[in-house]
Amino acid sequence: MTSYEPMAQVHRLRRSRATRAKTALKKAPFSAWFGILVILGYVIVAVFAHWIAPFGETQVFSEAFAPWSQQFKLGTDQLGRDMLTRLIYGARNTIGIAVATTLLSFAVGVSLGLLAALYRGWLDQILSRAVDVLMSIPSLIFALVLLSIFGSSITSLIIIIALLDSTRVFRLARAVGLNVAVMEYVEVARLRGEGPKWIIAKEILPNVMPPLVAEFGLRFCFVFLTIAALSFLGVGIQPPTADWGSMVRENATLITYGDVTPLLPAGAIALLTVSVNFVVDWFLHATSGLRDER
Amino acid sequence: MSESEYKLGIAQSLIGHGKISRRDFIHLGLAAGLTVTAADKLFVSTARAEPLQGGFAKLGMAHGATTDSIDPAGYPDTFTQTAFSGSMSNSLTEVDAKGNVQPDLAESFESSDGAKTWVFKLRKGATFHNGKNVTADDVVTSLRYHMGDETKSAAKPLLEPVASIKADGPETVVFTLKSGNADFPYIMSDYHLVIMPAKDGKADWGSGVRTGAFVLENFQPGVSAKLKRNPNYFKNGKPYLDEVEFIAITDLAARMAALSTGEVDYIGRADLKTLGMLKRNPKVEIVEVTGYGHYTLPMNVTVAPFDNPDVRMALKWAINRQEIVDKIFLGHATVANDNPIAPAIKFATNPQPQHSFDPEKAKHYLKKAGMEKLKVDLSVADAAFAGAVDAAALIRETAAQCGIEVNVVREAEDAYWDNVWLKKPWCASYWSGRATADWMFTQAFAADSSWNESFWKNPRFNELLVQARAETDEAKRAAMYAEMQQLTHDDGGSIVLVFNNFVSAKSNKLAHGEVAPNWENDGLKMAERWWIATA
Amino acid sequence: MNPVARTVLQRLGLGLVTLFIVSIIIFSAIAMLPGDFAKAMLGQSATPETVVAFQREIGIDRPPVERYFVWVGQMLHGDFGSSFASRTGYRRTVAEIIAPRLYNTMFLASMTALIAVPLALGLGILAALYRNGWFDRLVNAVTLTTISFPEFFVAYMLAYLVISRDTFIGSEFAQSLPHWLAVSLNWILNAVPKFPTLSNVNDQTPFWEHVWRVALPAITLTLVIVAHMMRMTRAAIINMLASPYIDMARLKGMSPMAIVLRHALPNAWAPIVTVVAFNLAYLVVGVVVVEVVFVYPGIGQLMVDAVKSRDVPVVQACALIFAATYILLNLTADIISIATNPRLLHPR
Repeated sequence: MTSYEPMAQVHRLRRSRATRAKTALKKAPFSAWFGILVILGYVIVAVFAHWIAPFGETQVFSEAFAPWSQQFKLGTDQLGRDMLTRLIYGARNTIGIAVATTLLSFAVGVSLGLLAALYRGWLDQILSRAVDVLMSIPSLIFALVLLSIFGSSITSLIIIIALLDSTRVFRLARAVGLNVAVMEYVEVARLRGEGPKWIIAKEILPNVMPPLVAEFGLRFCFVFLTIAALSFLGVGIQPPTADWGSMVRENATLITYGDVTPLLPAGAIALLTVSVNFVVDWFLHATSGLRDER
Repeated sequence: MSESEYKLGIAQSLIGHGKISRRDFIHLGLAAGLTVTAADKLFVSTARAEPLQGGFAKLGMAHGATTDSIDPAGYPDTFTQTAFSGSMSNSLTEVDAKGNVQPDLAESFESSDGAKTWVFKLRKGATFHNGKNVTADDVVTSLRYHMGDETKSAAKPLLEPVASIKADGPETVVFTLKSGNADFPYIMSDYHLVIMPAKDGKADWGSGVRTGAFVLENFQPGVSAKLKRNPNYFKNGKPYLDEVEFIAITDLAARMAALSTGEVDYIGRADLKTLGMLKRNPKVEIVEVTGYGHYTLPMNVTVAPFDNPDVRMALKWAINRQEIVDKIFLGHATVANDNPIAPAIKFATNPQPQHSFDPEKAKHYLKKAGMEKLKVDLSVADAAFAGAVDAAALIRETAAQCGIEVNVVREAEDAYWDNVWLKKPWCASYWSGRATADWMFTQAFAADSSWNESFWKNPRFNELLVQARAETDEAKRAAMYAEMQQLTHDDGGSIVLVFNNFVSAKSNKLAHGEVAPNWENDGLKMAERWWIATA
Repeated sequence: MNPVARTVLQRLGLGLVTLFIVSIIIFSAIAMLPGDFAKAMLGQSATPETVVAFQREIGIDRPPVERYFVWVGQMLHGDFGSSFASRTGYRRTVAEIIAPRLYNTMFLASMTALIAVPLALGLGILAALYRNGWFDRLVNAVTLTTISFPEFFVAYMLAYLVISRDTFIGSEFAQSLPHWLAVSLNWILNAVPKFPTLSNVNDQTPFWEHVWRVALPAITLTLVIVAHMMRMTRAAIINMLASPYIDMARLKGMSPMAIVLRHALPNAWAPIVTVVAFNLAYLVVGVVVVEVVFVYPGIGQLMVDAVKSRDVPVVQACALIFAATYILLNLTADIISIATNPRLLHPR
């Protein structure tokens, strides 16, 4: 697309981005709108959980596994806690953790990955080998071990999952970065004497965005799944904190009898995943510069 | 009794011998005023009550790890215990369905000298799988395997009270104890204390040659163990099955699914949450026994605030045990009363008052301890018992109503017993229970026991413990045990929450007699005791 | 020298260094975990004396650095050592413990890969071709939904399908439905093959029974990994479609399918192959949860078991196998990336 046009034009393009976003939003397909609305809904629920939830996060009522009723809209869980309340607080805790983890892993992974792609040589070698070492250890089992060593507090959960995830982000950023870094315009920028920050931010990043964004959408959702898998293996978020991953785990056996209880938190994760990725797809399409509309 | 009822009675006795058909029996039943279904049910239950020979059973166990071994120094969980101890081996004694000790490899036993000397006579003609006779030497060597400085056996503390073991001729073994113990034969039923052949003066566990009902055919650690019938087993007619396969299925849902789809005929530790739904399957039956096992929350009485008996009392009143039974165990447990002796055990009493959830009493004791508010950590993991984390969440809520802030700390599951138990001031723990009051108290409450999980050292209690052990007068013994149970209830550092039931499930293809309460899986001996039903 | 050959040699050499570092990391991590093999085995019934006796027998009373170098020495002689579960006179070598497990894991991974990789590439190409059409959206939504459920949950749902073959018609849910619907649903369920929910195989299991037994785990894993690979294929191709040379091809009047297959795909291999390698490595390394749910004796479960019991020699061997798998798959991915990018193949 515009990538190898002269500098001035790149600047002009940048200025028009806000307006372009507006027009793009207007033209956005239904799936993107659906995704945006769902994400907004989740964010509102997460932020205002305290005011929206009908009961307290850990408040216990006498009846466990109560059916859906006027008082308990979605029934109660195995301890007699309101399911709807747990789901709402779960949104706050789970999304908070997922956002923090994904942002951290991308900040680390993308910056190091692109640096490695740009400079190659010894920097690339060291980073790639370090990442190879980390990635060649099974991440779930490694996370299990690290959490047993450092204790499964939310902070250590975020840092450990983020660091292990960032290795994957690094690999991808480096792979797509390599293809761009050999382009003539990067060479030109380098000869011109631009610093690495500038080259990465202005020359490489815009051109490797699409696969990275696609990855972001998936990685974000994988955090929920990682937490669920960890809680399956016996480490996870400290109770009585509500989180969707553990909620699925706690009630998972019910599904083998066709009971829908575990579908609620699982469905909450699924809906968010699909929505996030709808938005990602739309972004991918909008940024790909593909002009043919079929 | 009418004539037709009389005939039915005779017919019933013929079923087991296969001398009357189902159709004929139902006709007689109709004549005696039964409905067709009732008559059919009676036929099936009577038919099943008679053990039949033959068949193959697949048994899904709740445990199993790649580190499992047939070494009786280990046997950490139900897979090794049931497959290797219960099916393949015998101890000197066993515990029957009524909870009484019976001779197993021993033929008889008697004590003298205030229960300090015990003489066990071995069963004549009992042989190992390789045809060798079982001698007193084998017994002595096998038990010594668990004794001494070099042993790595988990059963070492069990044999600590034994001063000496010696063979007296080929069929008699004499035990001399450090102090009298009227319940010693019960200890000899322990699943570690199996008899192995002696080879060069050492117990030969590695060959897998034992005395039991089944012979080991194939063992893949952490996966499965296949055993086939021992044709020369010393118990007449037993075992009934030709072959059994134990399969390690540690995932709860997988276990339930395997039983539902008929891939296994039995599963240990059924999922309580979905038990109601499993019951709807007409091919499946639930097997439930109230055992001796109990779940406790030991407080370390040597550290503050648990060194104050009033604080302990406040916590005992701040827990809603009924709610825990209802919600965590879904009714498959009995409320306990800070007394570790299960109601079914001899000399068990129910100390008064029954501890239940009472915020007023809890606050009263808290005040008596000179406190308005209390903040304590409770360390739990489901490694202690399934549901421990959830139970702690409930305790947190009820204690909050008593002015006690319980901070629930979820510990890592592995290394729980090493890291948390006996280390953290307040944690969760599990006892599979012992067959006698003395055994239980000696292991978990005696001042000098390394498993005294609350570090409780009550002088009166420990004095009574030694006296009661050697006392042969039943009435006096009962009085002493009653006082000890009252002491643990009032002053002890262990909160005994509930007695858990052993809940397992089987396909209606398998049949069994009365199920023993001492361990899971019919006292670990289901392979020897169960059979394939006709219906 | 040929850049491909040079990369291979260089990377294999580096791979050995990686393995060495991995072994140090794993060894220290296990050493940092609380408890040891003796304590883990004895559990609640440990006493100080039995623990000491146990430690002495398996040699973990020695200092960790010494133990590590003993282990390295053995490895250099090609000996993986013995599991701590060995006893005097009854040695259980790590090799004999791992071999059948490794075979099982590779079996499941290959079966899954055979289904999943062609499926993902095919769907990805079609989705890119018909981008933003109903097919694209449907495939996207379905694959996204399947990966947004935790693995064990997908596994349980598949098991539920098999169970409900027999039980659906009697369930409350079925009775709450109109009769015709319940009957037709039941008919559909009965069309589901009665896959075994237990995949407990052993070394005596015949080949085809082995295939049959791992059907459910393979389907579960396929559902889990297809979305990732398919989306990357689609994204990479669409990214390429924006290039000027594609415009040129389009102007020349080539059909969309030919453009995708002949012009876009060959240049999109790098990111696709990277993701495929990720997922293949995952099939070997990360399937412990699926193994647990279907009781499949694979190497993942073995490693988790060994970590729990602190059986260091087994953990080390598993970690090295995983690391080697990962290194080889990545090397392959990188070679393909180089081979498909002329700029990388012939650097100036």
